[in-house]
Amino acid sequence: MGSLTILRAGPALSVQDLGRPGHLSEGLSPGGAMDRLALLEAAALLDLPDVVPAIEMASTGGRFSVDAPMRIALTGAPMKAAVDGAPAPWAATVLLLPGQVLEIGGATAGTYGYLTPAGGIRSPDWLGSRSAHLVIGVGGLLASGDTLTTGDDPAPQAPARRIDAGSRFNGGTLRLMPGPQTGLFDAATLERIQATGFTRSAQANRQGIRLDHDGAPFPAAAAKGLASDFILTGDVQLIGEGIPFVLMAECQTIGGYPRLGTVIPDDLPRIAQAPAGAPLRLALMTLDQADALWTTDAARLRSLKKRVQPLIRDPRDIPDLLGYQLIGGMTRGDDLDRKERP
Amino acid sequence: MGELGPEVLPLGQDGVLVRFSRVPSASAAGAVLAFAADLRGSLPDGAVEAVPSLTSVLLRFDPGAVSRATVAAEMERRAGSRDWLAAPLPPPARRWTVPAVFGGEAGPQLAEFAALSGKSEARLVEEATATDLRVLAIGFTAGLPYLGLLPPDWDVPRQPQLTPQVPAGTIAAAVRQLVIFPADSATGWRRIGRTGFRPFLASRSEPFLLRPGDALRLRVVAEVVEDADGIGGATCEVLE
Repeated sequence: MGSLTILRAGPALSVQDLGRPGHLSEGLSPGGAMDRLALLEAAALLDLPDVVPAIEMASTGGRFSVDAPMRIALTGAPMKAAVDGAPAPWAATVLLLPGQVLEIGGATAGTYGYLTPAGGIRSPDWLGSRSAHLVIGVGGLLASGDTLTTGDDPAPQAPARRIDAGSRFNGGTLRLMPGPQTGLFDAATLERIQATGFTRSAQANRQGIRLDHDGAPFPAAAAKGLASDFILTGDVQLIGEGIPFVLMAECQTIGGYPRLGTVIPDDLPRIAQAPAGAPLRLALMTLDQADALWTTDAARLRSLKKRVQPLIRDPRDIPDLLGYQLIGGMTRGDDLDRKERP
Repeated sequence: MGELGPEVLPLGQDGVLVRFSRVPSASAAGAVLAFAADLRGSLPDGAVEAVPSLTSVLLRFDPGAVSRATVAAEMERRAGSRDWLAAPLPPPARRWTVPAVFGGEAGPQLAEFAALSGKSEARLVEEATATDLRVLAIGFTAGLPYLGLLPPDWDVPRQPQLTPQVPAGTIAAAVRQLVIFPADSATGWRRIGRTGFRPFLASRSEPFLLRPGDALRLRVVAEVVEDADGIGGATCEVLE
């Protein structure tokens, strides 16, 4: 066991893993990371068998230190990062040593960055997950001065690695599958909503993200007197006169507004990451098309692991590692020479 | 638009929804509890969980183990196998008795609700405590029970504007149902009473107390019983 100290916390840091599925009958939305793909990328970069709990950082990071050598994966929204002032790569692993300070600044694209220590964060477990669920007061935002217990890094000497994180950080098209209420909208409204250019509103949090557009709202013709019914993460709910909101990790589980359909899991990272003002479009798929894209997190992780590459770094950015005995007695002692020397 | 009979619909890549009505209805509430109880008694192959809402049952399945077509066909068969809308409520597994205070500061909108329902406050309290309420569904927020159904005069719509915040333990009424807020919340339902009972409390060893289908009786007390574990003087009788 080690620990990670938050010397200075940005305004919205919280511990997140993949959340708590399976509590719908208790009214509990699954919660978990807004961009689950970023946690899977971290597990791939660190070559872990499963996702481990990480720090989710909305818009900006903070300053961090550790009390034992540990690899840290930096994934999700690219943020300006440096170790003791030397620039650190994003969508990559970085080795942090005791005494060093990892500084993470604002996002240069996207919204949610993730700091994943290779041993995971060991904050208290509640119902099988360490995710903070802010809406119901489980866990909470992290503050400057907090020290979090971490698991041991299984391989601190492993070479640094990177992954191509793709282009989900500046909006784009969200694919929707039809849901129980898609039929409440008439064909003209469905056509118009798919032809409309939206932007991600400033009104957004872990519960939901509003979409803005110029022009008339999108009423559901047959929604009068509708009974409240199930809501899933990814549902596009039309509130009031017909203003779209995409429901996210900490959404309510039952609601009375009509829903256009459900953003497929593959596209949830794109809406989670879209920064305020980013352009977004909605595209309805057929049920068969959506079902054909179903996959498991285990399969996603396997596929990401194949895309991980060694990190070739500018030698000037690499601190003097040779002065550190990383895990005495467990290595040949020359691992760093063999693996880290450019 | 009235009731269309059971519809089998997709909800998410791993869900099939059986909807008994698009609008709130007493017969749909009974159908949902009966159908969900039957489904839970014999989950189809590849099913993960069956969850009731007020008018529908969601069956979540593992698409790696079974196809949507197979699950949907099985749901069509079961939904059509009997007249679920005429089904009696399945007997409750447990009965809760929950102390509550009505009107006054504890329920500042009881008088307003009485005026809208055409009944006296005293009559409403009598009916609220004489009805063997059932937990029809749990949702919106963690652990919030939808309790019903109350007599037809209780069919009062939600107020048009939201009350920005009501305290935890608030008992609120609309559309022949009551809800009990586990935590402070905004709501469009009218506040008619209050209890120290917290159906959800994250810090409690048992965070969620109620299950769909449970019976619940409210019992009038003079003062709200507030305790650290959010039981609020409630008792639970196991019936089967």
